Amino acid sequence: MHTTFHVDSDGYYGPYGGAFIPEILHKNVEELGACYLNIMNSPDFQDEYQELLRDYVGRPSPLYYARRLSERVGAKVYLKREDLNHTGAHKINNSIGQVLLARRMGKTRIIAETGAGQHGVATATVCALLDMPCFVFMGETDIARQYLNVQKMEMLGATVVPVTCGNKTLKDATNEAIRDWCCNPSDTFYVIGSTIGPHPYPDMVARLQSVISEEIKKQLLSKEGRDYPDYLFACVGGGSNAAGTYYHYLENDKVKFVSAEAAGLGLESGQSAATIHLGREGVIHGCRTLIIQTPDGQIEEPYSISAGLDYPGIGPLHAYLAKTGRARVEAITDQEAVEAAFALTRLEGIVPALESSHALGALMKFRFNPEDIVVVTVSGRGDKDMPAYIEQFPTFLKR
Amino acid sequence: MNRFQKLFKTKNSPVLSVYFTAGFPKIHDTAEIIRQLSDSGIDMIEIGIPFSDPMADGPVIQHSSQIALNNGMTLPLLFEQLKDIRKITDIPLVLMGYLNPVLQYGFEAFCTKAAETGIDGLIIPDLPMREYLNEFQGIVQKSGLENILLITPETSEDRIRRIDANSHSFIYMVSTASTTGAKKDFGEDTVAYFKRVKEMNLINPVLTGFGVSNRKTFETACQYSRGAITGSVFIRCLQQTSDISKAVKLLLETLHS
Repeated sequence: MHTTFHVDSDGYYGPYGGAFIPEILHKNVEELGACYLNIMNSPDFQDEYQELLRDYVGRPSPLYYARRLSERVGAKVYLKREDLNHTGAHKINNSIGQVLLARRMGKTRIIAETGAGQHGVATATVCALLDMPCFVFMGETDIARQYLNVQKMEMLGATVVPVTCGNKTLKDATNEAIRDWCCNPSDTFYVIGSTIGPHPYPDMVARLQSVISEEIKKQLLSKEGRDYPDYLFACVGGGSNAAGTYYHYLENDKVKFVSAEAAGLGLESGQSAATIHLGREGVIHGCRTLIIQTPDGQIEEPYSISAGLDYPGIGPLHAYLAKTGRARVEAITDQEAVEAAFALTRLEGIVPALESSHALGALMKFRFNPEDIVVVTVSGRGDKDMPAYIEQFPTFLKR
Repeated sequence: MNRFQKLFKTKNSPVLSVYFTAGFPKIHDTAEIIRQLSDSGIDMIEIGIPFSDPMADGPVIQHSSQIALNNGMTLPLLFEQLKDIRKITDIPLVLMGYLNPVLQYGFEAFCTKAAETGIDGLIIPDLPMREYLNEFQGIVQKSGLENILLITPETSEDRIRRIDANSHSFIYMVSTASTTGAKKDFGEDTVAYFKRVKEMNLINPVLTGFGVSNRKTFETACQYSRGAITGSVFIRCLQQTSDISKAVKLLLETLHS
């Protein structure tokens, strides 16, 4: 029996969450935990945050009725267009909030981890805007794969720190960011990009992304005369856009959640990032959650065509939503995601990010009643994924 | 009286504790490293359980952990290698490792097995005091092991007192805000923090670790606490020579000259 899907006072969602951090970070994380709500709820913070979301990010992002897509899937489908935000994804909602918070806490140096580079670019953007030094940790493998984003971050004035340990991807970049934080606990603020990490990060990031569901409520009310849909669809890697999409509906049982995680080449292929399907409980990056790991508890390198979904853990909120049955979790393969991306492009003229394509892939597989109202969050745009899409041209453009 | 209390009661000169990563440089070196360290007069040994994502460790221990995992080290194998360890040495032995592999083994099964094997204590750097007290203290106490908690320059006086009250072996004083690994020297701020802790007259003895890598840092550590813990520097010695007895000699030369 649950009473709430919100974080409890110890930082847990049911059995998941907590703050499993080295002692050197205790003071830092404790301070953040003690002040984040006060600061985020203060009128002064809200004024600055809301103004930037409106005038800089371009919010509210449209809730677009996708007519042809609706016909295809047999329900009334709306797209929440986070892809239209400045920097091309939902990530900036969070980066702005955390950097504003950091400044109010007197921190003078920003660090961030990044996989594909979207969170790195968003954080570097905000740091340019607010004139803060910014260091982005990025695995060498990802640097090679996403060089355009590296150059973008450098143009924005950030220092991209190449990470050479482990497999040189997101998980290792996160380890290295935490190590930097251990070495600079007093002046540095770690801007985590998803609903992961030690408490209060998962809750803080969910709140900063909750603007997504706040807007959906208002927009649906004016379009449909009711402020809730029957279904919400979102992709989950760490889980930040899904957390934002669900946030104001967490306690509304009329709204069903469908989370799409990345099955990669398939659940049984050994090449997957479907953490909720394949993971076991453990502790990663300061948080108890589901993790893709070996029987001995070594963290495994996940695989997905989408660089934003190949994290071996999952936000503790999503582990709990899945455990309690509040969210239904679909594992979407690379193939299904790519098919959905080409379908959306041809039906609606929108090229989605590969991450968002997983949510669309789950939508395409789902059976609806014709009167169902469905909202799918398109978390980002597909520009960064063009090389992956171009590889698929022989299959999809032959007609 | 546990082995830690016995050590600190009988030893008047500085205590030296040495960390190594189990499974490095070779998979079956564990017992031999413990034998050589113990025979050379080292007072305490920390046996590192390798982990894929050691977030509090610097490059040297990260590297040794990766090699150990590539060599095939696992917790069941480590316990197998340690099963006759009490025929080899009577000094305090500590298992040090991150929480996740321990949770997968089963926290209680791990403590029971460790105690059976003759292990005296645990250091889990990503298990902070609150989580330890809420969930794990009862299990550790039942097994007869001691959980060793860390303090750092960021730890408040009040929290140090609480850590002291919940310790029954020693307190691991992290020298600086850093990951594990070498430092040439401890700065003024670090020495001021050492003094501050010394003047608190804690119930438990304090050992200083992180950055103890040469004579200068070793002596400073021993001046303000009961002794020092060294890890990365020994791993580097093991990288330089595959002869374990030579590596131990090299370690002692590095710390004393």
